[in-house]
Amino acid sequence: MAIELRGVAKTVGAQTHIHPTDLVLQQGVFNVLLGATLSGKTTLMRLMAGLDKPTAGRILFRGEDVTGVPVQKRNVSMVYQQFINYPNLSVFENIASPLRVVGTPGSEIEGRVAEVAALLGLTPMLGRRPAELSGGQQQRTALARALVKDSDLVLLDEPLANLDYKLREELREELPDLLEKKGATIVYATSEPQEALLLGGCTATLHEGRITQFGPTPEVYRGPKDLVSARVFSDPPLNVASAVRRGDTFALDDSVRWPATGPAAGLAEGRYTVGLRPHHITPSRPAGDALEVEARVLVAELSGSESIVHVRIGGHTWISQSHGIHPVAAGANEPMYLQTGRFFYFGEDGALLAP
Amino acid sequence: MRSFKWLAPAIYIVFLLLPIYWLLNMSFKTTNEILGAFSLWPQDFTLANYRKIFTDSTWYGGYLNSLAYVAVNTVISVAAALPAAYAFSRYHFLGDKHLFFWLLTNRMAPPAVFALPFFQLYSALHLFDTHIAVALAHCLFNIPLAVWILEGFMSGVPKELDETAYVDGYSFPRFFVKIFIPTITAGIGVTAFFCFMFSWVELLLAKNLTSVAAKPIAATMTRTASTAGYELGLLAAAGVLTIVPGAFVIYFVRHYIAKGFSLGRV
Repeated sequence: MAIELRGVAKTVGAQTHIHPTDLVLQQGVFNVLLGATLSGKTTLMRLMAGLDKPTAGRILFRGEDVTGVPVQKRNVSMVYQQFINYPNLSVFENIASPLRVVGTPGSEIEGRVAEVAALLGLTPMLGRRPAELSGGQQQRTALARALVKDSDLVLLDEPLANLDYKLREELREELPDLLEKKGATIVYATSEPQEALLLGGCTATLHEGRITQFGPTPEVYRGPKDLVSARVFSDPPLNVASAVRRGDTFALDDSVRWPATGPAAGLAEGRYTVGLRPHHITPSRPAGDALEVEARVLVAELSGSESIVHVRIGGHTWISQSHGIHPVAAGANEPMYLQTGRFFYFGEDGALLAP
Repeated sequence: MRSFKWLAPAIYIVFLLLPIYWLLNMSFKTTNEILGAFSLWPQDFTLANYRKIFTDSTWYGGYLNSLAYVAVNTVISVAAALPAAYAFSRYHFLGDKHLFFWLLTNRMAPPAVFALPFFQLYSALHLFDTHIAVALAHCLFNIPLAVWILEGFMSGVPKELDETAYVDGYSFPRFFVKIFIPTITAGIGVTAFFCFMFSWVELLLAKNLTSVAAKPIAATMTRTASTAGYELGLLAAAGVLTIVPGAFVIYFVRHYIAKGFSLGRV
């Protein structure tokens, strides 16, 4: 185990930023904090770094209590969403700064900076000032500074959010390789479920200052513990509706009914909240079982490789996500296919009941 | 059709520069010529006025006195304002906004209000007629100004820069000196310029808190009118030389002043 939070909470005035949290993050694993803006990702990272003190609870690093230890003595690295570099120093000195502070010999500094700079493609820019670099290069400088020292904990707070699409894809591929080699504990905050899935490792879903679920990323994605976790880990947003089971069928309303088979077979009669991921509603018939329903198209967003269509089915507005381009006109009535076997069933309290 | 867009600014600049030109014009004339016929440029060009100022210790001494207390004041103001402005820009504390506004109100009272208490205090402490007395008195309005300007520049630096430095292992003092101050050099330059300017042009406190040893140039200039008649040429030359330090200092911060204005703090 590398870093452990025991009942860590943070309140500022009357506002609770982080509810009491228990979390254990392993070393050498990509740990993703996934949550919307203001869900507490940054606060949690600041607590882990030692930039903030928790109001309650303890933080242990490799079994040692570091709750009151200031950030300077914790050997951590942090990269922010904004491109933060020292404007008065050259790129070389920016990267070298954490080594200079601890009095690393000059020759060693040169070697290590050159190595990291080559890794991140910054070698030709070493003599420049951060202001003379593009956004991507500035963020790479910040990443290089985080990587150059042998920190125990690397915190990345939405480091790619302000970069353009292409650069983001590029860095997203490189990052896990770069970081996992270091053997540090890595914490990566993002608001994009896609990013969490791409980065792998473990994911913690955050909602309003609470960690709702934590585990290996694919498990958290496939088996959300409750409605909140499922919602956090779904983009486009999870389709949520209320369904009733009577006898052997579930019904959303009069038009949308499906048989209670598979994992849902064991559920008692009554009212449930059901969730369906957008890519399980498609305009063309999928391979497995699917329920055909009549839908009215509200909005269609077609991007390069996928179609996102907002449709009205019965009394609900749902979102469909499918590969390829499916040109549909707004206002038209189109058949939609619901993969009813993919429904999540949640109880009154939001806990997942099936599958 | 030819464009006359340049005309309006040209007229404006001519009007602005006219008094300065006239001062310069007078400084190269003899007093007799100034009092005599009207002339657009010196008919009887002379450097005697400037020679007198640079050789007579009562004259150049005035400049040295002024420069001395202005320099001391600028250093004290900026040094005291740096940590204060940092606190205002980075921390929230009880009454921070009121305190910040109160600083500004210090600039609203005319310095004359404080002349008497300062005179009494400095006399009691045997600081009367010293450079440090004037320098400290000018802190009254220069430190609030410096805090106000610096706070604007500091708030433009993201808090994350501080934190990145702490994460890198910098202690606060080391970060402040090695990273933060170099980051806001433009702001410090602009602040120093304004402290310099306001201290340089302030006459009332400077005059009342000194007699001989630390007498400022502006005081020397007022005296000259009562010696052997009017020495207008000499006065004009002294006036020109009084403008020079300000022009000199503004040259160095000309690129940063605009930034200060855009922050709304200057």
